Amino acid sequence: MSKKSGEVILSFDNISLSFGGVKALTSIGFDVREHEIRAIIGPNGAGKSSMLNVINGVYHPQQGEIVFRGQKRRGMNTYESAKSGIARTFQNIALFKGMSVLDNIMTGRNLKMRSNFLLDAIYWGPAQREEIAHRKAVEEIIDFLEIQHIRKTPVGRLPYGLQKRVELGRALAAEPSILLLDEPMAGMNVEEKQDMCRFILDVNDQLGTTIVLIEHDMGVVMDISDRVVVLDYGKKIADGTPDEVRSNQNVIDAYLGVAH
Amino acid sequence: MQFFIEVLIAGLLSGVMYSLVALGYVLIYKASGVFNFAQGAMVFFAALTAVGLHDLGLSLWVAVPLTMVAMIVLGLVTEKFVLRPLVAQPEITLFMATIGLTFFVEGLAQAIWGASVRGLELGIADVPLEWLMEVSGMAISQFDLIAAGIAAALVAGLALFFSRTKVGRALRAVADDHQAALSVGIPLQHIWGVVWAVAGFVALVSGLLWGARNGVQFALTFVALKALPVLILGGFTSVPGAIVGGLIIGASEKLAEVFLPPLLQQLFDTQMNLGGIEGWFPYVLALLFLLVRPEGLFGEKIIRRI
Ligand SMILES: Nc1ncnc2c1ncn2[C@@H]1O[C@H](COP(=O)(O)OP(=O)(O)OP(=O)(O)O)[C@@H](O)[C@H]1O
Ligand SMILES: [Mg+2]
Repeated sequence: MSKKSGEVILSFDNISLSFGGVKALTSIGFDVREHEIRAIIGPNGAGKSSMLNVINGVYHPQQGEIVFRGQKRRGMNTYESAKSGIARTFQNIALFKGMSVLDNIMTGRNLKMRSNFLLDAIYWGPAQREEIAHRKAVEEIIDFLEIQHIRKTPVGRLPYGLQKRVELGRALAAEPSILLLDEPMAGMNVEEKQDMCRFILDVNDQLGTTIVLIEHDMGVVMDISDRVVVLDYGKKIADGTPDEVRSNQNVIDAYLGVAH
Repeated sequence: MQFFIEVLIAGLLSGVMYSLVALGYVLIYKASGVFNFAQGAMVFFAALTAVGLHDLGLSLWVAVPLTMVAMIVLGLVTEKFVLRPLVAQPEITLFMATIGLTFFVEGLAQAIWGASVRGLELGIADVPLEWLMEVSGMAISQFDLIAAGIAAALVAGLALFFSRTKVGRALRAVADDHQAALSVGIPLQHIWGVVWAVAGFVALVSGLLWGARNGVQFALTFVALKALPVLILGGFTSVPGAIVGGLIIGASEKLAEVFLPPLLQQLFDTQMNLGGIEGWFPYVLALLFLLVRPEGLFGEKIIRRI
Protein backbone atom coordinates (compact mmCIF):
# COMPACT_ATOMS: atom_id res chain seq x y z
CA MET A 1 0.00 0.00 0.00
CA SER A 2 1.26 3.39 -0.87
CA LYS A 3 1.47 5.73 2.02
CA LYS A 4 -0.55 8.86 1.38
CA SER A 5 0.55 11.94 3.18
CA GLY A 6 -2.17 14.47 2.48
CA GLU A 7 -3.07 17.29 4.80
CA VAL A 8 -5.01 16.54 7.95
CA ILE A 9 -8.62 17.46 7.11
CA LEU A 10 -10.39 16.09 10.13
CA SER A 11 -9.12 15.70 13.65
CA PHE A 12 -10.56 14.81 17.02
CA ASP A 13 -9.31 15.76 20.38
CA ASN A 14 -10.40 14.32 23.69
CA ILE A 15 -13.83 13.18 22.44
CA SER A 16 -16.06 11.63 25.10
CA LEU A 17 -19.58 10.38 24.59
CA SER A 18 -21.84 8.53 26.97
CA PHE A 19 -25.40 7.28 26.96
CA GLY A 20 -26.69 7.46 30.50
CA GLY A 21 -24.20 5.36 32.38
CA VAL A 22 -22.65 3.74 29.31
CA LYS A 23 -19.41 5.34 28.22
CA ALA A 24 -19.31 4.74 24.49
CA LEU A 25 -16.22 6.87 23.88
CA THR A 26 -13.61 8.07 26.34
CA SER A 27 -11.12 10.79 25.45
CA ILE A 28 -10.62 9.74 21.87
CA GLY A 29 -8.17 11.61 19.70
CA PHE A 30 -6.97 10.88 16.17
CA ASP A 31 -6.86 12.47 12.79
CA VAL A 32 -7.76 11.75 9.18
CA ARG A 33 -5.59 12.84 6.28
CA GLU A 34 -6.84 13.82 2.89
CA HIS A 35 -7.02 10.96 0.34
CA GLU A 36 -6.20 8.20 2.80
CA ILE A 37 -8.16 5.12 3.78
CA ARG A 38 -8.46 5.29 7.53
CA ALA A 39 -9.81 2.23 9.31
CA ILE A 40 -11.41 2.05 12.73
CA ILE A 41 -11.35 -1.41 14.23
CA GLY A 42 -12.11 -3.00 17.57
CA PRO A 43 -14.20 -5.71 19.21
CA ASN A 44 -18.00 -5.53 19.38
CA GLY A 45 -19.28 -2.59 21.37
CA ALA A 46 -15.90 -0.86 21.22
CA GLY A 47 -17.47 2.40 20.10
CA LYS A 48 -16.62 2.31 16.40
CA SER A 49 -20.09 3.16 15.12
CA SER A 50 -20.45 5.78 17.81
CA MET A 51 -17.31 7.42 16.51
CA LEU A 52 -18.67 7.48 12.98
CA ASN A 53 -21.92 8.91 14.29
CA VAL A 54 -19.98 11.66 15.98
CA ILE A 55 -18.25 12.46 12.70
CA ASN A 56 -21.47 13.06 10.80
CA GLY A 57 -23.34 14.58 13.68
CA VAL A 58 -25.82 11.88 14.58
CA TYR A 59 -24.34 11.86 18.08
CA HIS A 60 -23.02 14.89 19.89
CA PRO A 61 -20.08 14.24 22.20
CA GLN A 62 -20.36 15.66 25.72
CA GLN A 63 -16.74 16.60 25.60
CA GLY A 64 -13.99 17.25 23.12
CA GLU A 65 -13.26 19.13 19.99
CA ILE A 66 -13.46 18.45 16.28
CA VAL A 67 -11.42 20.34 13.72
CA PHE A 68 -12.82 20.00 10.23
CA ARG A 69 -11.00 21.73 7.38
CA GLY A 70 -9.30 24.05 9.81
CA GLN A 71 -12.50 24.98 11.59
CA LYS A 72 -12.97 24.14 15.23
CA ARG A 73 -16.33 22.82 16.21
CA ARG A 74 -17.91 21.36 19.25
CA GLY A 75 -19.98 18.87 17.33
CA MET A 76 -21.22 18.28 13.84
CA ASN A 77 -24.76 18.51 12.55
CA THR A 78 -26.00 15.83 10.19
CA TYR A 79 -27.42 18.15 7.57
CA GLU A 80 -24.43 20.50 7.72
CA SER A 81 -21.96 17.68 7.47
CA ALA A 82 -23.74 16.34 4.41
CA LYS A 83 -23.52 19.82 2.95
CA SER A 84 -19.84 20.06 3.62
CA GLY A 85 -19.13 16.89 1.69
CA ILE A 86 -19.38 14.03 4.16
CA ALA A 87 -21.40 11.03 2.98
CA ARG A 88 -21.90 7.74 4.75
CA THR A 89 -23.34 4.27 4.87
CA PHE A 90 -24.83 2.61 7.94
CA GLN A 91 -24.07 -0.59 9.79
CA ASN A 92 -27.72 -1.67 9.58
CA ILE A 93 -28.37 -0.58 6.01
CA ALA A 94 -30.52 2.54 5.99
CA LEU A 95 -31.86 2.61 2.47
CA PHE A 96 -35.25 3.89 1.42
CA LYS A 97 -36.81 0.47 1.17
CA GLY A 98 -39.88 1.27 -0.86
CA MET A 99 -37.95 3.15 -3.52
CA SER A 100 -36.12 1.76 -6.54
CA VAL A 101 -32.35 1.49 -6.72
CA LEU A 102 -32.32 4.40 -9.13
CA ASP A 103 -34.43 6.62 -6.87
CA ASN A 104 -32.35 5.71 -3.84
CA ILE A 105 -29.17 6.77 -5.57
CA MET A 106 -30.91 9.88 -6.91
CA THR A 107 -31.62 11.00 -3.34
CA GLY A 108 -27.88 11.02 -2.85
CA ARG A 109 -27.74 13.93 -5.29
CA ASN A 110 -30.24 15.92 -3.30
CA LEU A 111 -27.76 18.60 -2.29
CA LYS A 112 -26.45 18.94 -5.82
CA MET A 113 -29.87 19.89 -7.10
CA ARG A 114 -30.79 23.51 -7.05
CA SER A 115 -34.23 23.84 -8.55
CA ASN A 116 -36.85 25.19 -6.21
CA PHE A 117 -40.09 23.84 -4.94
CA LEU A 118 -42.42 25.78 -7.19
CA LEU A 119 -40.60 24.98 -10.42
CA ASP A 120 -40.42 21.44 -9.19
CA ALA A 121 -44.14 21.35 -8.61
CA ILE A 122 -44.87 21.97 -12.25
CA TYR A 123 -41.89 19.90 -13.41
CA TRP A 124 -41.07 22.64 -15.80
CA GLY A 125 -38.03 23.70 -17.89
CA PRO A 126 -35.01 24.04 -15.64
CA ALA A 127 -36.32 21.54 -13.12
CA GLN A 128 -36.73 18.93 -15.82
CA ARG A 129 -33.36 19.59 -17.43
CA GLU A 130 -31.67 19.37 -14.07
CA GLU A 131 -33.37 16.09 -13.31
CA ILE A 132 -32.02 14.66 -16.54
CA ALA A 133 -28.46 15.82 -15.90
CA HIS A 134 -28.47 14.24 -12.47
CA ARG A 135 -29.95 11.10 -13.82
CA LYS A 136 -26.89 10.79 -16.04
CA ALA A 137 -24.49 11.07 -13.12
CA VAL A 138 -26.48 8.41 -11.31
CA GLU A 139 -26.33 6.07 -14.29
CA GLU A 140 -22.54 6.35 -14.22
CA ILE A 141 -22.50 5.26 -10.61
CA ILE A 142 -24.81 2.38 -11.42
CA ASP A 143 -22.42 1.27 -14.17
CA PHE A 144 -19.45 1.61 -11.88
CA LEU A 145 -21.06 -0.55 -9.19
CA GLU A 146 -22.25 -3.06 -11.79
CA ILE A 147 -25.88 -2.95 -10.73
CA GLN A 148 -27.49 -2.08 -14.06
CA HIS A 149 -29.70 -5.15 -13.92
CA ILE A 150 -31.47 -4.05 -10.73
CA ARG A 151 -31.91 -0.35 -11.45
CA LYS A 152 -35.69 -0.41 -11.22
CA THR A 153 -36.01 -2.91 -8.37
CA PRO A 154 -37.31 -1.67 -5.01
CA VAL A 155 -34.31 -2.07 -2.71
CA GLY A 156 -36.33 -3.84 -0.05
CA ARG A 157 -36.44 -6.86 -2.34
CA LEU A 158 -32.69 -7.09 -2.91
CA PRO A 159 -30.36 -9.47 -1.11
CA TYR A 160 -28.22 -8.00 1.63
CA GLY A 161 -25.00 -7.83 -0.35
CA LEU A 162 -26.59 -5.83 -3.15
CA GLN A 163 -28.28 -3.49 -0.69
CA LYS A 164 -24.88 -2.66 0.75
CA ARG A 165 -23.72 -1.86 -2.74
CA VAL A 166 -26.70 0.40 -3.41
CA GLU A 167 -26.07 2.21 -0.16
CA LEU A 168 -22.51 2.86 -1.29
CA GLY A 169 -23.94 4.15 -4.54
CA ARG A 170 -26.20 6.59 -2.74
CA ALA A 171 -23.26 7.90 -0.75
CA LEU A 172 -21.12 8.23 -3.89
CA ALA A 173 -23.86 10.15 -5.68
CA ALA A 174 -23.18 13.09 -3.39
CA GLU A 175 -19.61 13.22 -4.74
CA PRO A 176 -18.34 13.43 -1.18
CA SER A 177 -14.85 14.42 -0.16
CA ILE A 178 -15.08 12.16 2.88
CA LEU A 179 -16.84 8.83 2.79
CA LEU A 180 -17.75 7.08 6.03
CA LEU A 181 -18.39 3.35 5.71
CA ASP A 182 -19.73 1.36 8.65
CA GLU A 183 -18.95 -2.30 8.03
CA PRO A 184 -19.51 -2.23 4.27
CA MET A 185 -18.63 -5.90 3.97
CA ALA A 186 -20.46 -7.39 6.92
CA GLY A 187 -22.43 -10.48 6.03
CA MET A 188 -20.93 -10.82 2.55
CA ASN A 189 -19.37 -13.87 0.96
CA VAL A 190 -15.78 -13.84 -0.25
CA GLU A 191 -16.62 -12.86 -3.77
CA GLU A 192 -18.88 -9.99 -2.73
CA LYS A 193 -16.20 -8.78 -0.35
CA GLN A 194 -13.67 -8.73 -3.15
CA ASP A 195 -16.00 -6.67 -5.30
CA MET A 196 -16.63 -4.23 -2.48
CA CYS A 197 -12.88 -3.90 -1.80
CA ARG A 198 -12.31 -3.15 -5.44
CA PHE A 199 -15.01 -0.45 -5.43
CA ILE A 200 -13.60 1.18 -2.32
CA LEU A 201 -10.06 1.16 -3.67
CA ASP A 202 -11.20 2.50 -7.05
CA VAL A 203 -13.12 5.35 -5.46
CA ASN A 204 -10.15 6.22 -3.31
CA ASP A 205 -7.72 5.92 -6.19
CA GLN A 206 -9.60 7.55 -9.02
CA LEU A 207 -11.60 10.21 -7.21
CA GLY A 208 -9.19 10.79 -4.34
CA THR A 209 -12.03 10.41 -1.85
CA THR A 210 -10.94 10.19 1.77
CA ILE A 211 -12.41 7.09 3.35
CA VAL A 212 -13.08 6.28 6.99
CA LEU A 213 -13.94 2.64 7.27
CA ILE A 214 -15.12 0.34 10.01
CA GLU A 215 -14.53 -3.32 9.31
CA HIS A 216 -14.28 -6.54 11.25
CA ASP A 217 -12.47 -8.59 8.63
CA MET A 218 -8.81 -8.16 9.60
CA GLY A 219 -7.53 -9.42 6.29
CA VAL A 220 -9.45 -6.72 4.44
CA VAL A 221 -8.51 -3.97 6.85
CA MET A 222 -4.81 -4.76 6.76
CA ASP A 223 -4.96 -5.00 2.99
CA ILE A 224 -6.65 -1.79 2.03
CA SER A 225 -6.14 0.77 4.77
CA ASP A 226 -3.34 3.27 5.07
CA ARG A 227 -3.71 3.82 8.80
CA VAL A 228 -5.71 2.07 11.47
CA VAL A 229 -7.06 3.28 14.80
CA VAL A 230 -8.04 0.60 17.31
CA LEU A 231 -10.76 1.10 19.91
CA ASP A 232 -11.62 -1.12 22.83
CA TYR A 233 -14.28 -0.37 25.45
CA GLY A 234 -14.53 3.18 24.14
CA LYS A 235 -10.81 3.87 24.51
CA LYS A 236 -8.18 4.19 21.85
CA ILE A 237 -5.59 1.49 22.34
CA ALA A 238 -3.52 1.82 19.18
CA ASP A 239 -3.08 4.00 16.11
CA GLY A 240 -0.75 3.53 13.18
CA THR A 241 -0.03 1.66 9.97
CA PRO A 242 -1.43 -1.84 9.60
CA ASP A 243 1.96 -3.31 10.39
CA GLU A 244 2.39 -1.25 13.53
CA VAL A 245 -1.09 -2.07 14.74
CA ARG A 246 -0.76 -5.76 14.00
CA SER A 247 2.23 -6.13 16.25
CA ASN A 248 0.89 -3.92 19.05
CA GLN A 249 0.58 -5.88 22.30
CA ASN A 250 -2.57 -4.03 23.46
CA VAL A 251 -4.30 -4.91 20.23
CA ILE A 252 -3.31 -8.53 20.45
CA ASP A 253 -4.61 -8.66 24.01
CA ALA A 254 -7.90 -6.96 23.12
CA TYR A 255 -8.56 -9.38 20.32
CA LEU A 256 -7.57 -12.39 22.36
CA GLY A 257 -9.80 -11.23 25.18
CA VAL A 258 -7.21 -10.73 27.92
CA ALA A 259 -8.86 -9.43 31.08
CA HIS A 260 -8.94 -5.67 31.50
CA MET B 1 -79.30 -3.45 -14.39
CA GLN B 2 -79.31 0.12 -15.59
CA PHE B 3 -80.32 1.32 -12.15
CA PHE B 4 -77.46 -0.74 -10.68
CA ILE B 5 -74.96 0.96 -12.96
CA GLU B 6 -76.39 4.34 -12.11
CA VAL B 7 -75.94 3.71 -8.39
CA LEU B 8 -72.49 2.26 -8.98
CA ILE B 9 -71.35 5.32 -10.92
CA ALA B 10 -72.75 7.72 -8.35
CA GLY B 11 -70.88 5.71 -5.71
CA LEU B 12 -67.60 5.73 -7.61
CA LEU B 13 -67.87 9.48 -8.13
CA SER B 14 -68.27 10.19 -4.46
CA GLY B 15 -65.55 7.61 -3.91
CA VAL B 16 -63.07 9.76 -5.79
CA MET B 17 -63.84 12.53 -3.35
CA TYR B 18 -63.23 10.20 -0.42
CA SER B 19 -59.89 9.36 -2.02
CA LEU B 20 -59.00 12.99 -2.03
CA VAL B 21 -59.72 13.38 1.67
CA ALA B 22 -57.81 10.18 2.43
CA LEU B 23 -54.84 11.49 0.52
CA GLY B 24 -54.47 14.30 3.04
CA TYR B 25 -53.98 11.71 5.77
CA VAL B 26 -51.65 9.54 3.72
CA LEU B 27 -49.31 12.41 2.93
CA ILE B 28 -48.69 13.33 6.51
CA TYR B 29 -48.62 9.75 7.73
CA LYS B 30 -46.07 8.77 5.12
CA ALA B 31 -43.74 11.65 5.76
CA SER B 32 -43.84 11.87 9.51
CA GLY B 33 -45.54 8.78 10.86
CA VAL B 34 -48.29 10.90 12.40
CA PHE B 35 -51.91 10.01 11.95
CA ASN B 36 -53.25 13.53 11.64
CA PHE B 37 -56.64 13.33 13.27
CA ALA B 38 -57.08 17.04 12.55
CA GLN B 39 -57.29 16.53 8.79
CA GLY B 40 -61.10 16.55 9.01
CA ALA B 41 -61.03 19.76 11.00
CA MET B 42 -58.75 21.23 8.37
CA VAL B 43 -61.29 20.35 5.67
CA PHE B 44 -63.99 22.06 7.71
CA PHE B 45 -61.80 25.08 8.41
CA ALA B 46 -60.94 25.46 4.73
CA ALA B 47 -64.52 25.24 3.52
CA LEU B 48 -65.81 27.60 6.18
CA THR B 49 -63.10 30.16 5.54
CA ALA B 50 -63.69 30.12 1.79
CA VAL B 51 -67.44 30.51 2.21
CA GLY B 52 -67.03 33.08 4.95
CA LEU B 53 -64.82 35.24 2.76
CA HIS B 54 -67.19 34.75 -0.15
CA ASP B 55 -70.16 35.82 1.99
CA LEU B 56 -68.26 38.96 2.90
CA GLY B 57 -68.57 39.91 -0.73
CA LEU B 58 -65.31 38.62 -2.18
CA SER B 59 -65.60 36.67 -5.39
CA LEU B 60 -64.61 33.02 -5.24
CA TRP B 61 -61.59 33.84 -7.40
CA VAL B 62 -60.28 35.92 -4.51
CA ALA B 63 -61.71 33.97 -1.58
CA VAL B 64 -60.27 30.63 -2.64
CA PRO B 65 -56.66 31.77 -3.13
CA LEU B 66 -56.87 33.66 0.17
CA THR B 67 -58.10 30.53 1.89
CA MET B 68 -55.31 28.63 0.25
CA VAL B 69 -52.80 31.00 1.82
CA ALA B 70 -54.54 30.58 5.16
CA MET B 71 -54.37 26.78 4.86
CA ILE B 72 -50.69 26.80 4.00
CA VAL B 73 -49.99 29.06 6.95
CA LEU B 74 -52.07 26.81 9.19
CA GLY B 75 -50.10 23.79 7.96
CA LEU B 76 -46.73 25.43 8.47
CA VAL B 77 -47.66 26.75 11.90
CA THR B 78 -48.89 23.32 12.96
CA GLU B 79 -45.69 21.70 11.80
CA LYS B 80 -43.54 24.26 13.55
CA PHE B 81 -45.35 24.71 16.85
CA VAL B 82 -47.14 21.44 17.43
CA LEU B 83 -45.20 18.65 15.74
CA ARG B 84 -41.64 19.85 15.63
CA PRO B 85 -41.35 20.25 19.40
CA LEU B 86 -42.73 16.72 19.74
CA VAL B 87 -40.32 15.12 17.32
CA ALA B 88 -39.07 11.68 18.40
CA GLN B 89 -41.94 11.30 20.87
CA PRO B 90 -43.96 8.09 20.73
CA GLU B 91 -46.60 7.90 18.01
CA ILE B 92 -49.43 7.98 20.52
CA THR B 93 -48.24 11.33 21.86
CA LEU B 94 -48.25 12.81 18.38
CA PHE B 95 -51.68 11.37 17.75
CA MET B 96 -53.00 12.95 20.94
CA ALA B 97 -51.50 16.25 19.86
CA THR B 98 -53.44 16.09 16.60
CA ILE B 99 -56.65 15.38 18.54
CA GLY B 100 -56.00 18.52 20.52
CA LEU B 101 -55.34 20.31 17.28
CA THR B 102 -58.70 19.10 15.95
CA PHE B 103 -60.64 20.86 18.69
CA PHE B 104 -58.54 23.95 18.33
CA VAL B 105 -59.03 24.19 14.57
CA GLU B 106 -62.77 23.45 14.77
CA GLY B 107 -63.16 26.00 17.51
CA LEU B 108 -61.13 28.58 15.66
CA ALA B 109 -63.17 28.13 12.50
CA GLN B 110 -66.45 28.58 14.35
CA ALA B 111 -65.15 31.45 16.46
CA ILE B 112 -64.29 33.37 13.32
CA TRP B 113 -67.18 32.42 11.09
CA GLY B 114 -69.96 31.28 13.39
CA ALA B 115 -71.62 27.89 13.61
CA SER B 116 -74.50 28.21 11.17
CA VAL B 117 -74.78 26.11 8.06
CA ARG B 118 -73.76 27.98 4.94
CA GLY B 119 -74.34 27.12 1.33
CA LEU B 120 -71.51 27.18 -1.14
CA GLU B 121 -72.26 27.77 -4.80
CA LEU B 122 -69.39 26.84 -7.09
CA GLY B 123 -71.45 27.51 -10.18
CA ILE B 124 -71.79 23.88 -11.16
CA ALA B 125 -75.39 22.78 -11.11
CA ASP B 126 -76.28 19.50 -9.44
CA VAL B 127 -78.44 18.25 -12.29
CA PRO B 128 -78.37 15.04 -14.29
CA LEU B 129 -76.36 15.14 -17.49
CA GLU B 130 -78.91 15.64 -20.20
CA TRP B 131 -77.19 13.97 -23.13
CA LEU B 132 -76.42 10.90 -21.04
CA MET B 133 -80.04 10.85 -19.96
CA GLU B 134 -81.14 10.88 -23.57
CA VAL B 135 -78.69 8.29 -24.78
CA SER B 136 -78.95 5.78 -21.98
CA GLY B 137 -81.67 6.96 -19.67
CA MET B 138 -79.23 7.06 -16.77
CA ALA B 139 -79.19 9.98 -14.35
CA ILE B 140 -75.63 10.93 -13.51
CA SER B 141 -75.11 14.20 -11.68
CA GLN B 142 -73.13 16.79 -13.54
CA PHE B 143 -71.78 18.15 -10.29
CA ASP B 144 -70.58 14.76 -9.13
CA LEU B 145 -68.87 14.18 -12.42
CA ILE B 146 -67.03 17.49 -12.43
CA ALA B 147 -66.13 17.27 -8.76
CA ALA B 148 -64.77 13.77 -9.29
CA GLY B 149 -62.84 15.06 -12.28
CA ILE B 150 -61.23 17.80 -10.21
CA ALA B 151 -60.43 15.40 -7.40
CA ALA B 152 -58.98 12.86 -9.83
CA ALA B 153 -56.82 15.49 -11.52
CA LEU B 154 -55.48 16.62 -8.17
CA VAL B 155 -54.76 13.08 -7.02
CA ALA B 156 -53.01 12.27 -10.30
CA GLY B 157 -51.02 15.49 -10.17
CA LEU B 158 -49.83 14.78 -6.64
CA ALA B 159 -48.94 11.22 -7.52
CA LEU B 160 -46.81 12.48 -10.42
CA PHE B 161 -45.24 15.16 -8.27
CA PHE B 162 -44.17 12.61 -5.71
CA SER B 163 -42.80 10.13 -8.19
CA ARG B 164 -40.97 12.49 -10.53
CA THR B 165 -39.54 15.43 -8.68
CA LYS B 166 -36.78 16.13 -6.23
CA VAL B 167 -39.11 17.22 -3.45
CA GLY B 168 -41.32 14.21 -4.05
CA ARG B 169 -38.38 11.87 -3.87
CA ALA B 170 -37.09 13.59 -0.76
CA LEU B 171 -40.50 13.19 0.78
CA ARG B 172 -40.60 9.48 0.13
CA ALA B 173 -37.08 9.22 1.47
CA VAL B 174 -38.03 10.98 4.68
CA ALA B 175 -41.00 8.67 4.97
CA ASP B 176 -38.76 5.61 4.74
CA ASP B 177 -35.87 6.57 7.01
CA HIS B 178 -35.36 9.88 8.81
CA GLN B 179 -31.76 9.30 9.74
CA ALA B 180 -30.70 8.23 6.27
CA ALA B 181 -32.57 11.16 4.75
CA LEU B 182 -30.67 13.57 6.95
CA SER B 183 -27.39 11.91 6.04
CA VAL B 184 -27.90 12.65 2.36
CA GLY B 185 -28.70 16.23 3.21
CA ILE B 186 -32.48 16.26 2.99
CA PRO B 187 -33.71 18.96 5.35
CA LEU B 188 -36.38 17.13 7.33
CA GLN B 189 -38.19 20.19 8.59
CA HIS B 190 -38.37 21.77 5.20
CA ILE B 191 -39.95 18.60 3.85
CA TRP B 192 -42.42 18.40 6.73
CA GLY B 193 -43.36 21.99 6.05
CA VAL B 194 -44.05 21.14 2.42
CA VAL B 195 -46.13 18.14 3.42
CA TRP B 196 -48.29 20.10 5.82
CA ALA B 197 -48.78 22.82 3.27
CA VAL B 198 -49.81 20.28 0.63
CA ALA B 199 -52.14 18.60 3.13
CA GLY B 200 -53.69 22.00 3.75
CA PHE B 201 -54.19 22.46 0.04
CA VAL B 202 -55.80 19.03 -0.28
CA ALA B 203 -58.07 19.91 2.65
CA LEU B 204 -59.13 23.07 0.85
CA VAL B 205 -60.09 21.31 -2.36
CA SER B 206 -61.89 18.57 -0.42
CA GLY B 207 -63.68 21.17 1.66
CA LEU B 208 -64.86 23.11 -1.37
CA LEU B 209 -66.13 20.04 -3.20
CA TRP B 210 -67.84 18.44 -0.22
CA GLY B 211 -69.06 21.79 1.05
CA ALA B 212 -70.69 22.62 -2.27
CA ARG B 213 -72.33 19.21 -2.26
CA ASN B 214 -73.54 18.88 1.33
CA GLY B 215 -73.44 22.45 2.61
CA VAL B 216 -70.65 23.90 4.67
CA GLN B 217 -71.30 22.73 8.18
CA PHE B 218 -69.79 20.86 11.06
CA ALA B 219 -70.85 17.56 9.52
CA LEU B 220 -68.00 17.98 7.04
CA THR B 221 -65.70 16.64 9.72
CA PHE B 222 -67.66 13.37 9.58
CA VAL B 223 -67.16 13.11 5.85
CA ALA B 224 -63.48 13.34 6.62
CA LEU B 225 -63.83 10.51 9.09
CA LYS B 226 -65.04 8.34 6.21
CA ALA B 227 -61.44 8.49 5.11
CA LEU B 228 -60.67 6.13 7.96
CA PRO B 229 -62.22 3.03 6.37
CA VAL B 230 -60.67 4.15 3.09
CA LEU B 231 -57.27 4.12 4.74
CA ILE B 232 -57.85 0.77 6.37
CA LEU B 233 -58.70 -0.67 2.97
CA GLY B 234 -55.95 1.05 1.05
CA GLY B 235 -53.20 1.11 3.63
CA PHE B 236 -52.07 4.19 5.52
CA THR B 237 -48.93 4.71 3.48
CA SER B 238 -50.12 4.19 -0.05
CA VAL B 239 -51.30 6.81 -2.52
CA PRO B 240 -52.72 4.22 -4.97
CA GLY B 241 -54.31 2.60 -1.92
CA ALA B 242 -56.11 5.80 -1.04
CA ILE B 243 -57.45 6.00 -4.58
CA VAL B 244 -58.66 2.41 -4.82
CA GLY B 245 -59.87 2.40 -1.22
CA GLY B 246 -61.91 5.52 -1.85
CA LEU B 247 -63.53 4.00 -4.92
CA ILE B 248 -64.40 0.79 -3.10
CA ILE B 249 -65.89 2.61 -0.13
CA GLY B 250 -67.83 5.05 -2.29
CA ALA B 251 -69.27 2.37 -4.54
CA SER B 252 -70.02 -0.18 -1.85
CA GLU B 253 -71.77 2.20 0.52
CA LYS B 254 -74.09 3.45 -2.20
CA LEU B 255 -74.85 -0.04 -3.43
CA ALA B 256 -75.46 -1.21 0.12
CA GLU B 257 -77.71 1.75 0.85
CA VAL B 258 -79.90 1.06 -2.16
CA PHE B 259 -79.91 -2.71 -2.48
CA LEU B 260 -79.41 -4.03 1.03
CA PRO B 261 -82.70 -2.88 2.69
CA PRO B 262 -85.09 -4.74 0.33
CA LEU B 263 -82.91 -7.80 0.65
CA LEU B 264 -82.88 -7.65 4.43
CA GLN B 265 -86.61 -6.94 4.60
CA GLN B 266 -87.25 -9.98 2.51
CA LEU B 267 -84.83 -12.11 4.47
CA PHE B 268 -86.28 -11.24 7.87
CA ASP B 269 -89.77 -10.72 6.56
CA THR B 270 -90.21 -7.28 8.10
CA GLN B 271 -91.38 -3.86 7.05
CA MET B 272 -88.81 -2.11 9.26
CA ASN B 273 -87.21 0.96 7.80
CA LEU B 274 -83.59 0.00 7.15
CA GLY B 275 -82.27 3.27 5.74
CA GLY B 276 -79.03 4.93 6.74
CA ILE B 277 -76.87 1.95 5.87
CA GLU B 278 -74.52 4.33 4.11
CA GLY B 279 -73.57 5.73 7.48
CA TRP B 280 -72.14 2.58 9.00
CA PHE B 281 -71.48 0.22 6.11
CA PRO B 282 -67.94 1.45 5.31
CA TYR B 283 -66.88 0.94 8.91
CA VAL B 284 -68.15 -2.62 8.99
CA LEU B 285 -66.45 -3.31 5.70
CA ALA B 286 -63.21 -1.90 7.08
CA LEU B 287 -63.54 -3.96 10.21
CA LEU B 288 -63.95 -7.17 8.21
CA PHE B 289 -61.04 -6.16 6.08
CA LEU B 290 -58.85 -5.55 9.13
CA LEU B 291 -59.32 -9.16 10.15
CA VAL B 292 -58.13 -10.44 6.79
CA ARG B 293 -55.47 -8.00 5.69
CA PRO B 294 -54.44 -5.59 8.43
CA GLU B 295 -51.80 -3.86 6.29
CA GLY B 296 -54.39 -2.85 3.70
CA LEU B 297 -54.47 -3.55 -0.02
CA PHE B 298 -51.35 -1.59 -0.84
CA GLY B 299 -49.76 -0.88 2.52
CA GLU B 300 -46.36 -2.25 3.28
CA LYS B 301 -46.65 -5.78 4.53
CA ILE B 302 -46.07 -5.95 8.22
CA ILE B 303 -43.22 -8.35 8.65
CA ARG B 304 -41.67 -8.85 12.02
CA ARG B 305 -38.31 -10.50 12.25
CA ILE B 306 -37.81 -12.33 15.45
N1 LIG C 1 -28.07 5.26 20.76
C1 LIG C 1 -27.50 4.58 21.78
N2 LIG C 1 -28.12 4.55 22.98
C2 LIG C 1 -27.56 3.88 24.02
N3 LIG C 1 -26.38 3.25 23.95
C3 LIG C 1 -25.70 3.24 22.79
C4 LIG C 1 -26.24 3.91 21.64
N4 LIG C 1 -25.36 3.76 20.61
C5 LIG C 1 -24.34 3.02 21.10
N5 LIG C 1 -24.55 2.72 22.40
C6 LIG C 1 -23.63 1.96 23.26
O1 LIG C 1 -22.33 2.44 23.07
C7 LIG C 1 -21.40 1.37 23.04
C8 LIG C 1 -20.62 1.39 21.75
O2 LIG C 1 -21.51 1.03 20.70
P1 LIG C 1 -21.08 1.08 19.16
O3 LIG C 1 -22.29 0.77 18.38
O4 LIG C 1 -20.41 2.34 18.89
O5 LIG C 1 -20.06 -0.12 19.06
P2 LIG C 1 -19.37 -0.77 17.80
O6 LIG C 1 -17.91 -0.73 18.03
O7 LIG C 1 -19.86 -0.15 16.56
O8 LIG C 1 -19.86 -2.26 17.89
P3 LIG C 1 -20.23 -3.30 16.73
O9 LIG C 1 -18.96 -3.89 16.25
O10 LIG C 1 -21.07 -4.31 17.42
O11 LIG C 1 -20.95 -2.57 15.68
C9 LIG C 1 -22.18 0.10 23.25
O12 LIG C 1 -22.12 -0.24 24.62
C10 LIG C 1 -23.57 0.49 22.86
O13 LIG C 1 -24.52 -0.26 23.57
MG1 LIG D 1 -20.96 -0.73 14.98
